[in-house]
Amino acid sequence: MSLLQIKNLHVEIDGKKILNGLDLTIEKGTVHAIMGPNGSGKSTLAYVLAGKADYEVTEGDVLLDGRSILDMAPDERAAKGLFLAFQYPVEIPGVATMTFLRTAVNAQRKKRGEGEYSTPDFLKKVREAAAKLEIDPDMLKRSVNVGFSGGEKKRAEILQMTMFEPRLAVLDETDSGLDIDALKVVSEGVNRLRSPERAFLVITHYQRLLDHIVPDVVHVMSRGRIVKTGGKELALELEARGYAQYAEAAE
Amino acid sequence: MNAEVRQIRTVAEQGLLDSYLASKAKLPGAGDVMALREAAFKVFEQQGLPHRRIEEWKYTDLRAVMRDSKPLALPPDAKAKSRAKDAGQWLAAVGARRIVFVDGVFAPDLSDLSALEKGLTIGSLADALAKADPHVLKILGRASPAKDDPAVTLNTAFMGDGAVIRVADSAVIDKPLHLAFVTSGDKAVSIFARSLVMIGKGAKATLIESHEGPAGIEYQVNHALELSVGDEAQFDHIKIAHEGDKAIHVGTLIADIGAKARIGDFTFTTGGAVVRNQIFMRLGGQETNANISGASLLRARQHADNTLVIDHAVPHCTSRETFKSVVDDEARSVFQGKIIVRPDAQKTDGKMATHALLLSEGAEADAKPELEIFADDVVCGHGATAGALDEDLLFYLKARGIPPKEAEALLIQAFIGAAVETIANEALREALMSEAERWLAARG
Repeated sequence: MSLLQIKNLHVEIDGKKILNGLDLTIEKGTVHAIMGPNGSGKSTLAYVLAGKADYEVTEGDVLLDGRSILDMAPDERAAKGLFLAFQYPVEIPGVATMTFLRTAVNAQRKKRGEGEYSTPDFLKKVREAAAKLEIDPDMLKRSVNVGFSGGEKKRAEILQMTMFEPRLAVLDETDSGLDIDALKVVSEGVNRLRSPERAFLVITHYQRLLDHIVPDVVHVMSRGRIVKTGGKELALELEARGYAQYAEAAE
Repeated sequence: MNAEVRQIRTVAEQGLLDSYLASKAKLPGAGDVMALREAAFKVFEQQGLPHRRIEEWKYTDLRAVMRDSKPLALPPDAKAKSRAKDAGQWLAAVGARRIVFVDGVFAPDLSDLSALEKGLTIGSLADALAKADPHVLKILGRASPAKDDPAVTLNTAFMGDGAVIRVADSAVIDKPLHLAFVTSGDKAVSIFARSLVMIGKGAKATLIESHEGPAGIEYQVNHALELSVGDEAQFDHIKIAHEGDKAIHVGTLIADIGAKARIGDFTFTTGGAVVRNQIFMRLGGQETNANISGASLLRARQHADNTLVIDHAVPHCTSRETFKSVVDDEARSVFQGKIIVRPDAQKTDGKMATHALLLSEGAEADAKPELEIFADDVVCGHGATAGALDEDLLFYLKARGIPPKEAEALLIQAFIGAAVETIANEALREALMSEAERWLAARG
């Protein structure tokens, strides 16, 4: 059974159509990239998968392990193994990163019927993951994302992903705002998590991220639909020729 | 045409009048004390209970709220004391010296009076009044910037007992003092307590004042604390209104602060049906720094009003006022803050802010920040916000697997935490945050 199946997905926000019959199937163990011009609906897809309110699904379905997730609340989806790395991670003053991580990890484990981590186990796991992502341990004591640089925020997202061990990770423009060194650290963080049981959906505007996180499948999105699918070489072609040729295809 | 319009007395006003006439002879103190009571009561007789047409009370109409007056509480018997023995113990982790007042009356047998630090004296107001203690009479109600405040005048007329605390010049009292006021019984009573706290020059102390009582009983508490803080002193005052759910609580802090002092004041309100916390603070010496904050957690039909007047009487003082409230169900939070900058008080730095988090459609927050500035070289400002929890933050937390209620709780704790953080004492911060957690847990 496919890990994720998106069937003929139509989505509106405030009466405006954003996704127009999007189809996408992702198998376990694969990395898919979605590329497309601004406004093509990439971030909407990410939000709809995570369950953000305000987006209305008017037609179609999204199945995780063959079961529709559209009626599930965002926290239930997370517990089922869906993770979204936000393009713009929010700042949460007054909530310490460590407290947040532990609350989230344990909430997910509890919902899956797994035991909560013991404090030493949890701390060990966080510290190891943070070290690999070159995250200063002091950052974990600070409020979630408050005062973090753009690069620190993205690394913090990957740290969360490492802790949650999701089955499907959606990375929404994770490369935006990263310099080349940070891009490498973040990509390595993602690559470490690649496994036969886990899949990734990497949403990006630029090809450069895909030099580091090499995808199995590349999709081009335009006007709310997938208009072309190919191998990793498709990304290079897009980089060379731009998105203009696909603008028509979605009509 | 200026015929005096006298309102017909309400049941509560008539009740207070009857109660005063019947009990004044039994109240502690004679002579000067009685003269003070009589003068105060006369003011009350003329103005009655405060109501919404009096600007300072427009959001808290005590005349409407007090449907009747309750009989004065009797001195606590052994049973009452036994019921009250755990008063304030939920703050035990703070390790404070607990001084208990049962139904407004000092209970030495329940209090920790052992090994008092050098320079610290603790006594009972009723004793001082009965003995006509000249030191007490000299300051009681005299220099009050709130002499005509209706709650204070009523308190002066009826005051029974309370704490008299002195910290001598240069004395450093590390162990916080905890005045634990508890209403013990199952009867609707009224309690008028008055405390005097004098902090000497260069002294350092922390005073916690907690108020609690039974659920389901319509008791009424009026407490007034007169505080003087000497030059170069460091003083923290934390008031906790943790009253029963049917109680009416009116509490007033009247403070006169010297020069180069550092003041931390925090008001924490979780209990009571109607709570009015008043602060009248006069910064009367230069280069003093006052940080005055508070947090309220309100639900059901609770009403909590924080009203403060911060009087910058001299130059070069700094004050910060930050009040936060979390308002659920049909509860209502009121903030009225006034910073006065007198003509001489150049270089005053005053900033006041109030923020309300509204958790339901029926919740209400009223904010009235005011600046009265008579000097021209000052930095003063105020701000007020009211709003719901941020949906984007909630979504982020939920997308991480945190259930909605828990996500809300995290954000509410963070909101309150930013105010509680201003409290210097760490154990106290933790105790108040635990109380906030209990409040959140009860939200279900």
